[in-house]
Amino acid sequence: MQLSTSILLTIALAPLVGCVLAGFLGKFLGRAGSHSITILGVAVSCALSFYVLYQLTVGGAAEYNQNIYTWFQIGPFNASVGFMVDRLTAMMLVVVSFVSLLVHVYTIGYMADDDGYTRFFSYISLFTFSMFMLVMSNNFMQLFFGWEAVGLVSYLLIGFWYKRPTAIFANLKAFLVNRVGDFGFLLGIAAVLYFLGTLDYATAFAAAPGLSGKILQITAGTQWDAATVICILLFVGAMGKSAQVPLHVWLPDSMEGPTPISALIHAATMVTAGIFMVARMSPLFEMSSTALSFVLVIGATTALFTGLIGIVQNDIKRVIAYSTLSQLGYMTVALGVSMYSGAVFHLMTHAFFKALLFLGAGSVIIAMHHEQDMRYMGGLRKYMPVTWLTMWAGSIALVAVPFTSGFYSKDAIIEAVGESHRWGAHYAYFCVMAGVLVTGLYTFRQMYLTFHGKERFTVVEQHGHGHDGHDDHGHHEPGVLAHAPKESPWVVTVPLVLLAIPSLLVGFFTVGPTLFGNWFGKAIHVEEANNVLAEMGQHFHGAAAMALHGFTQLPFLLVLVAFVITTYIYLFNPALAGRIKSALKPLWTVLDRKYWVDDVYFALFARGGVLLGRGFWKASETAVIDGAMVNGSVNVIHRIAALMRRLQSGYLYHYAFAMILGLILLLGGYWLIGSGPVGQ
Amino acid sequence: MISLAHYIVLGAVLFCIAVAGMFINRKNVIVLLMSIELMLLAVNMNFVAFSRFLGDVSGQVFVFFILTVAAAEAAIGLAILVLLFRTRSTINIADIDSMKG
Repeated sequence: MQLSTSILLTIALAPLVGCVLAGFLGKFLGRAGSHSITILGVAVSCALSFYVLYQLTVGGAAEYNQNIYTWFQIGPFNASVGFMVDRLTAMMLVVVSFVSLLVHVYTIGYMADDDGYTRFFSYISLFTFSMFMLVMSNNFMQLFFGWEAVGLVSYLLIGFWYKRPTAIFANLKAFLVNRVGDFGFLLGIAAVLYFLGTLDYATAFAAAPGLSGKILQITAGTQWDAATVICILLFVGAMGKSAQVPLHVWLPDSMEGPTPISALIHAATMVTAGIFMVARMSPLFEMSSTALSFVLVIGATTALFTGLIGIVQNDIKRVIAYSTLSQLGYMTVALGVSMYSGAVFHLMTHAFFKALLFLGAGSVIIAMHHEQDMRYMGGLRKYMPVTWLTMWAGSIALVAVPFTSGFYSKDAIIEAVGESHRWGAHYAYFCVMAGVLVTGLYTFRQMYLTFHGKERFTVVEQHGHGHDGHDDHGHHEPGVLAHAPKESPWVVTVPLVLLAIPSLLVGFFTVGPTLFGNWFGKAIHVEEANNVLAEMGQHFHGAAAMALHGFTQLPFLLVLVAFVITTYIYLFNPALAGRIKSALKPLWTVLDRKYWVDDVYFALFARGGVLLGRGFWKASETAVIDGAMVNGSVNVIHRIAALMRRLQSGYLYHYAFAMILGLILLLGGYWLIGSGPVGQ
Repeated sequence: MISLAHYIVLGAVLFCIAVAGMFINRKNVIVLLMSIELMLLAVNMNFVAFSRFLGDVSGQVFVFFILTVAAAEAAIGLAILVLLFRTRSTINIADIDSMKG
């Protein structure tokens, strides 16, 4: 049983067709035509993705790995387009296409009165295509293509409302920060080509054991382990794409984009590309314990410290954005302890519940007429019950209440970190454990501020004010709404419900096979000595037992503590929040300024870049090019001309004298040389 | 006996007088024209002398051409001179320096 090439091609290309049609023919297709055709494309991909997953899991199909098209060939190096579809890929395909499909549907409601409606659908279909190319790739070259393509679409979509200066700033920032990561990634790919001689996954991974003992000498006297260099460079790429400290600064700002994008690209799929990439490269990463420790420490730092920032945010989307950073940190930690399947498992559950939270936040934002500040919300649960319930479902999955999907993935990661003996594991264990408390604090705070407590907005009926205030139309008074908030239309709520189901249930059914049942097979390679899951698997007695056991464990107690604290503060004693804030003013300032990372980058790189540019402008542009080359040549000619002008006296006898002198010199020359007719 | 050398020396002397006339004279364009004529005559002297010495008539034929051209040139030169005087009211060389850079 073999997967058919045409099915895989259709999965990848159907969204591209939708993108091209909606993008170039959007005017003729109209709004309904554009969204129908793109949704159809993604729906086809989604159905086929499920079919592929079914074939690989139940149907017993073999792993697919084939080159489909050769782009060019230089000597032994072959740049081709090809697909590698194993269970890891199939899972990513299902997650990406499913979330993408729901986001497409959701967008009908969210972008209903936006001028860029067809453009938006074209972009998200292009994104889906790019993401498919990334996850289905069978070589580093195509991976890099998908990697850059999703980055491009992310850039386009963060700046979707291109008339807003903040959006332009945010998309430029995202683009530039990602360039830093991509630089490392590209060097990593180059290192793979240098040491392994190929960019094909299968060949490169087969050759990976040969890396041990190879040394890279970058400067005289320093010696680097080749595998460590390759892995750290590749991981730098993942740090950019998956927004790990210190390249995390772009993700919170990317919330300038429309909310469906935040759900699809900046929570569920694109930002997890780095996690997927590292999991895919597991045979390489297993070669270097140093690189994995690096991954572990970076991930742990991200998991705790970005989560802390989330506690002080007031923008509903930014809270979820920092939560995303923190959860990406958890995935990275899982990678760091060689628990690749755990990272991918958390990637999947996170994709569902985080997309749900973002889409729910979007639904709230629609109801609040594009007000995103939680200080002007409150008590929304009676206006929008579906959003309220589904967001609670996403929230309990996020804080990892037992039996929800988030519990299975996150608890497994925490336990694995505890089991691991890798350098940095103690620090990481502290971070992920403290992160649980932090997650609880910001999640419950957000839910209470949004849906519970007193209403902190007023409704002022304004007749004759026909349209809903949109972002582009400028804001009214904060906290003043033209009419009462109401539940969003069905195109918004149905995706919420469809995401709430897997957020709660998918973990229960999949935790056994994915983590402990070697479901991924050969797609993920773990050295025997690093295999923490095998140790954990001995204590695993089914998903229900794991959840019941979870009720007695420290993480759940921390969640309860967070729940009690936030409930007391935000439901019973709202004034306390302000008092705590002023009591812990220095700490609050540190978090509110985001550890000054942004400011440092701005001062160092942005200002530094401007200064450097100004320096070059003064030194090379003004001094060398303008001064020496352009004006300099003019000056030289001018001086020579002034000298020559002295000779032009205008007197006839001077010219005649010059002629005679010339004649004498000429004849004299002939005579001296002794050749020619004169000398004979 | 008058040898070839005498004729050549005469030609050279004539030429040098013409050149000197050109440099020393700072006043008059007419003198310049006369100096040029004198140069041509010096050249003619050499032509005739060598023609006789070598027994080749073509040198003397050439002299006739030069004389013809010199006559035409003198005519044109004087005409230009007249026009020059009409426009600038002077034929003083020191005043004619519009080519000065």
